[in-house]
Formats: sequence, C-alpha cells, structure tokens
Amino acid sequence: MEQVLLGALSLGLLWSIMTLGVYITYRVLNVADLSVEGTITLGAAVTAQMIYAGHSPFLGMLLSFLTGLLAGLATGLLHTKLKIPALLSGILTMIALYSINLRVMGKANLSLLRLDTAYTKIGGWLGLDKTWSVIVMGAVMSLALVFILYWFFGTELGSAIRATGNNPNMVRAQGIHTDTTVIMGLMLSNGLVALSGSLIAQSQNYADVQMGVGAIVIGLASLIIGEVIFARNNFLSRLLSMILGAVTYRIIIALVLRLGMPADDLKLFTALTVVVALFLPRLKEMRETSRHITKGNQHADH
Amino acid sequence: MLIIDHLSKTFNPGTVNEKLALDDVSLHLAPGDFVTVIGGNGAGKSTLLNCVAGVYRQDRGSIRVNGTVLDRLPEYRRAKHLGRVFQDPLMGTAADMEIEENLALAFRRGKRRTLAWGVTPQERKRYHELLKSLGLGLEDRMSQKVRLLSGGQRQALTLLMATIGAPKVLLLDEHAAALDPKTAKKVMELSDQFIKEMGLTCLMVTHNMRHAIQYGNRLIMMSQGRVILDVSGEEKQRLTVEGLVRRFSEHSEDEVMNDRMLLG
Repeated sequence: MEQVLLGALSLGLLWSIMTLGVYITYRVLNVADLSVEGTITLGAAVTAQMIYAGHSPFLGMLLSFLTGLLAGLATGLLHTKLKIPALLSGILTMIALYSINLRVMGKANLSLLRLDTAYTKIGGWLGLDKTWSVIVMGAVMSLALVFILYWFFGTELGSAIRATGNNPNMVRAQGIHTDTTVIMGLMLSNGLVALSGSLIAQSQNYADVQMGVGAIVIGLASLIIGEVIFARNNFLSRLLSMILGAVTYRIIIALVLRLGMPADDLKLFTALTVVVALFLPRLKEMRETSRHITKGNQHADH
Repeated sequence: MLIIDHLSKTFNPGTVNEKLALDDVSLHLAPGDFVTVIGGNGAGKSTLLNCVAGVYRQDRGSIRVNGTVLDRLPEYRRAKHLGRVFQDPLMGTAADMEIEENLALAFRRGKRRTLAWGVTPQERKRYHELLKSLGLGLEDRMSQKVRLLSGGQRQALTLLMATIGAPKVLLLDEHAAALDPKTAKKVMELSDQFIKEMGLTCLMVTHNMRHAIQYGNRLIMMSQGRVILDVSGEEKQRLTVEGLVRRFSEHSEDEVMNDRMLLG
C-alpha cells in the first residue's frame, strides 16, 4: 500500500506541472486548450529522442520546454491571427503534433530502459532510489514553478495576461495587444505541459505516441479537485492547489484501481469525475433557485 | 485636439441589413472642449465614438488626435491618446482583479509592459489619494476584487482609470445610462469635475437631454448618421429640453424621438 501511495505521489507531482499549464489556459486565459494532448507527448518524445541519441537528459528537458512553447505559439497564431475558435485551434495543433511526434521518435514508442535519465543522475548524486528521486525532483520543480508563475503573473506583463482572460475589451482600451497576451499565455502553458511530458516519460522509461490521449481531462480533473478542496482566495494558494489537486487525483485513481476497478475504465471514470465537478456549481444554483421558488409559494399560500 | 473629417461608416454593406451609421461626419474639437452628443437610437453616436477608439474602422474619412493620424492604428495602439468609459459598468474593469491592479493597468496605458512588478508601493499611495477623491470609500478597499463593487462604484473606478495620466481625448459612451438616477448624478458630477480639473477634451454620448444641456460647453445632435445641430457657448447655455425637442423635429420630420430621450 505504501508503495502504491508513493507511486501516486510521484506521478501526481509530475502531472502537477501539466496541471499548472492547464490552469494558465483554462482559468487565467479562460480558454480550453486541447493542444496540450499533443504537447505532453511532444515533450516526452523530444526528451526521449535526446536521451536515446546520447545527450544530457537535462538538455532534453530544456528542449522539450522550448518545443512546447512553439506548439503553444502555433495554437496562439491559429486562434488570434487566423481567428479560428480556440477549441478548434487546439484540436488542429493536437492532430498536427501526432504526426510531428511520430517524426521526432521515428516510431510509435521509444524505450529509455538502461539509459541515463534525470532521475538516475539525481538519484546518483543524492543517493536516492528511483521512486524518491522522482518525488524529490517533482516536488522541487513543481514548487519552483509555482513561485516563478506567482512572480510572473504579478508583473506588468503577467497582469496584462490575467486581465485578458477577464475582460479583453478593457485590456485593449488600456493599450495592450490582446493577441500578444493570448499567445504568450498559450506558449507558457504548452511549455509547462511539454516539460511535464518530459518528466513523465523519464519516470516511466518510455515515450509513447498515445500517451497524451485524455491528458486534458486528467488536467481538468486535477484542477477542479485542487480548487474545490485546497484553494483559498488568493493566487498563490490557487497555484499551490494545482499541485495538491494533481496528487489527490492520482491517489484517488490508485485507490479505485486497488478497490478493483478495471484499468480500462479509467478514462471513463475520469471523464465522469470532470462532468460531475463541472455540474456541481450549476446544481447548487438550481437548488437555490428552487428553494426560493418554494419559499415564494409558501408565502403566497398564507 | 480631436479632428474628425468626412467620416463615413456602413455596417453589413451589400446585405439586407445594410445600415449607413455615419454619413460624412466632420467634427473639430478644440483643446478643453467638452462636447455632449445626443440623438435617437441608431443615430450614429456610439459608432462615432467607436470609430475614434478603433473598435470599428471607418469606410472613408480621417481621425486625428493632437496631430496624430489614427486611421491605420489598431484599437490598442490608439489607447495611449484616449481614455474610455463604456455604457456597461462591467466593460471597463477586470472583475477578478484587485482595484489597485486595475488602476495599475490603466496607469501604464500606452507604455510597454515589462517584467517589472505590476503595482509599486509609490503607485499605491497615489491610487489611495485618487480613490479618496471619488468619495466612495474605495481607498480602504484597494486590494479587493472589482467583482465586489456595485455598478456605480465600478463606473466611478473606470472613470478614474480613463482619466489617469490625463489622456488627450476622453470618450464617454452613455456611461451613466445603466445606473440608478442618484448614482448617475454622482458619476456625471465626478466626470465634470475631472474634465474641468485636468482641462480634458471630451466627447460624451448621452441619452439624457438634461445631462447634455447641463454639462459641457458644446452640444451636437445626430440623426441618421449626420450631425444636425451643433451649438456652443451662450447659445448652448440657453438650451432647454423643450427647445431641443423642437429643434430635433424641425430637422428630422419623419423620425419620432424615442421615449428614453424625452424622459431622461
């Protein structure tokens, strides 16, 4: 059981970086960006190919982040310059990336077994086993990114991006080009998602062209769990809640699998979780309205 | 300060919904002019303001602010010359950001956004003073989200944001129309106060004839995309609501004035 929870913790920490990326698009920019399904695989593929070719895994991670930025740029340009709706722009990038990811890897999957990953290096330096080096690396990176994002979104540029998701009319009236802020947000988001993909590939010792399927739903599930359970009313706490949400999601999954749910049903389970979570606020609203109506009727009876 | 020359704009050209919104409008505002714009629905008042702001691109004509030709500039690049307040109190502010963050966004209008901190402590002091001048108690709520403010408070904040840094031209687009009469009065008084204090050049669209007469040094009336009346100085001071209604019906016999204008 301990091993299961540690596994969930390490996987959750790696996916939390992806969740931070989803937070930037879904909450800050107010767009649902599906390109992340392709970008997470892109990050995995680039790092895997770099390691496979004998380069440093850290160089691979940097390159994954940079290619993620480019993927975000593609979605951003489709959306802002060609005026394609955000959802469709993301889907187009995601589909295009499927071919690109196959090109990067040269085949459908690439094994990293017995090759040096970031974790074997860190494990070697700190004298940790694989599980713990993943946890240490995941925790350090996700926390560092939370603080970097907190700083960035407090700057003039970051404030402009936050305001764009809130009220693009107002932002243009204040002299900010909303195309630029949307593109920057999408780039940053996809960069983080690709970095997350790189870390995930190294921990599972392979990259697979299918590994991004359903990633957006996992990201949203983690985001909502984080917000509902952990977030307070300030930005730093909301960013931190993304890490906690991603870890909690993995623990829930580990537990339901242990309780006997077939692994094949995982994506259905996740999708239903997100549906319920998205419906909850609406349900609350409906119940409040009906309560008001009932109250009104009672008054009328008297 | 604001020179509008032979401006024309047609919406949906070549369709059944074709609508001539501006028909060869020319208007020259001297520095410090406070011009109120009235007219029925669809007269072209808002279109005029939106063409100046760059929301719409005119078909013909030219717009200059303080010598700068705006015609080819996109909306965001015109912003450094313009302060804008909209009819909808929700339009002018970012709801999920703090009051001081909104002011900081406006304070940097026309400047490059860098990686410097979004709100500096010196700015905060200045915003505190500015908010105090509104007399709404907002200076004690600077780190609250704008979402929590009432429509009138949001509109007053938007006005503050629009006038911060004394823009060349202030565009007010029926900015008191969505507020209750008492709040509307307060927002109008604040607008008048800021315009006078800073000597701003202002173009204010309104549905309210009394506001149009009471405020500003010049009044224009629009109908069917044209300026049909342009009075200023002493002549404007002598205007009455009844007089305006009469002038209006003289100029456009087949058009009925809408109730909102008469009752406002």
